[in-house]
Amino acid sequence: MHILEEKILAAGKAGRTALIPFITAGFPALDSFWNTVRELDAHGADIIEIGVPFSDPVADGPVVEAVSREALARGVTLRGIMDLLREHKGEVKAGLVLMGYLNPFLQYGLERFAREAEEAGVHGCIVPDLPVDEAEELRDVLKAHGIALIALVGPNTSEERMKLYAEVSQGYVYVVSVMGTTGERGALPPEVPEIIERTRRVFSLPVALGFGLKTPEQLASLKGRVRPDAAVFGSALLHHLSEGKSAASFMEAWTN
Amino acid sequence: MKKGYFGEFGGCFVPELLMPPLMELEQAMRDILPTKAFQEELDDLLHNYAGRETPLTFCPTLSEKLGFELWLKREDLLHTGAHKINNTLGQALLAKYMGKTALLAETGAGQHGVATAAAAARLHLKCTIYMGAEDVERQSSNVRRMRLLGAEVKPIENGSRTLKDAINAALRAWISEQETTHYCFGTAAGPYPFPDLVRGFQSVISREARAQMLERTGALPDYVVAAVGGGSNAIGAFHAFVPDAGVQLIGVEGGGTGEPDCLNSCSINLGRPGVLHGEYTMLLQDEEGQILPSGSISAGLDYPGVGPEHAYLNAIGRARYGVAYDGDALEAFQALCLNEGILPALESSHALGYVLKHAAEFKPGSRVLVNLSGRGDKDMDIIEHALGLK
Repeated sequence: MHILEEKILAAGKAGRTALIPFITAGFPALDSFWNTVRELDAHGADIIEIGVPFSDPVADGPVVEAVSREALARGVTLRGIMDLLREHKGEVKAGLVLMGYLNPFLQYGLERFAREAEEAGVHGCIVPDLPVDEAEELRDVLKAHGIALIALVGPNTSEERMKLYAEVSQGYVYVVSVMGTTGERGALPPEVPEIIERTRRVFSLPVALGFGLKTPEQLASLKGRVRPDAAVFGSALLHHLSEGKSAASFMEAWTN
Repeated sequence: MKKGYFGEFGGCFVPELLMPPLMELEQAMRDILPTKAFQEELDDLLHNYAGRETPLTFCPTLSEKLGFELWLKREDLLHTGAHKINNTLGQALLAKYMGKTALLAETGAGQHGVATAAAAARLHLKCTIYMGAEDVERQSSNVRRMRLLGAEVKPIENGSRTLKDAINAALRAWISEQETTHYCFGTAAGPYPFPDLVRGFQSVISREARAQMLERTGALPDYVVAAVGGGSNAIGAFHAFVPDAGVQLIGVEGGGTGEPDCLNSCSINLGRPGVLHGEYTMLLQDEEGQILPSGSISAGLDYPGVGPEHAYLNAIGRARYGVAYDGDALEAFQALCLNEGILPALESSHALGYVLKHAAEFKPGSRVLVNLSGRGDKDMDIIEHALGLK
């Protein structure tokens, strides 16, 4: 079993929904980024997704896009992220996942990226502009280094297409809750239970729900089989941090 | 060749949420495009609404000066003023047959936006156009035309505020509106199947031009020259000539001001392969794979990528790609105005600018066909400003 799957199942055994915060590298500032990651880790994160900034993030809403642009302006690069992770390897107990668009990984060299990511303690990758049809090369290279390429599926993903992902996926399956981009929203769309149900029929992996999550109350109505195993939150956390508030205070709402 | 690829270029690099509408479009292309009903309705629109076929114009004065025959394919005479309407009528009609009720589109120079707005109005589809805020400023007359044609124009303030960011915004919007809305992509680029779809509708340019050249001169052209931004007019002008080994195909990229390290739109000449907007193609990018801002006096060329088929035609040597700078385009613009009485768009002026500047490369007495993809009315403010007339 992949370590990311283990992390989520362990939370489930403890009666919790696993927590997966997303934070763009270099946010809120270059020198406070790693401390923020450690704070997320110390306050209940089971997996931490680190955003690799890209100039043209088409799956992201305004918050992540703006933060991504600021990070690039501050000089955040994939090389710098790898160096930082290597330097601090072993300091966090949460699983580490890099989330970024394909081109920076491609230009870095996929084999070099996979090798260095393994050395740096990265467990998984999410590439939002890489559907299963184009993913074989990266998936195989990552897999050889023990890194899972996480499947992203959504409200309009048929069982037939989910099966294409399920056959080759490891770690967990990331379910996009809305037909839209990343960003905080109010109530979850009414289709979410059906989407999770469909995902569970096809995948044996744990289900993480993301896009639009802000508070644990949004999940209150999801019970039993349609309760996700993990919750991913990004824009809401970035928004919270940008107001000068702490990572700990954001996590408290989810862990209490 | 792998589906959706031209050699190593092309593909479909989009969020999973966009795969279903792209697959639906691919299916519709197979089921609807070949039908007699669709073809007849499109032919009628192209002929009786858009103004096809367009003339092939010989340029006697410039030909005399240049020492070879200069011929123009007059896409500038089409309704809405450029080749873009070939594609938008095709896509709007397809959307209608697919049961969609709305179109969304990106636009750079605004020509695709105007052509989409016109096609949407004609076929009773709702229309939303995403346009970089800088382009909204520099092509204001086209923004006014779109609004008068009933389209909603959304200026995009993100990033470089040009075509690249308009495409990002349009892709995002399409994620949430895909059920009712067709994304009327403006150029022969983007994720599969758009490069095939757009080339299919634009290749009417070369089918006509090939027949017209044969009829008028008894021979094929020796050269076909077209400006390349995303590359839809060029792929349309090249396509029917690709099997004609004796016809040299020349694409012309926008070189910007020509000062050292200036912003430019030379993704084939100065770029490297990478992934942007759903395709693997030649891109202007930095070492880290971040997309660089592009630049050109011509808003329609101002894009850091290029359609994958051009990257392929370049890689296999079937077409070659030159560069014309802002100044070359302006000189060609004036030359065509004063010698032939035709006011070309700045995009097309790049193709012509390359021919005038590199006239020595063209065999004396040969036949050179330039695709005059659009008219220059939309560019008058920029041109008058650049020429110091205003």
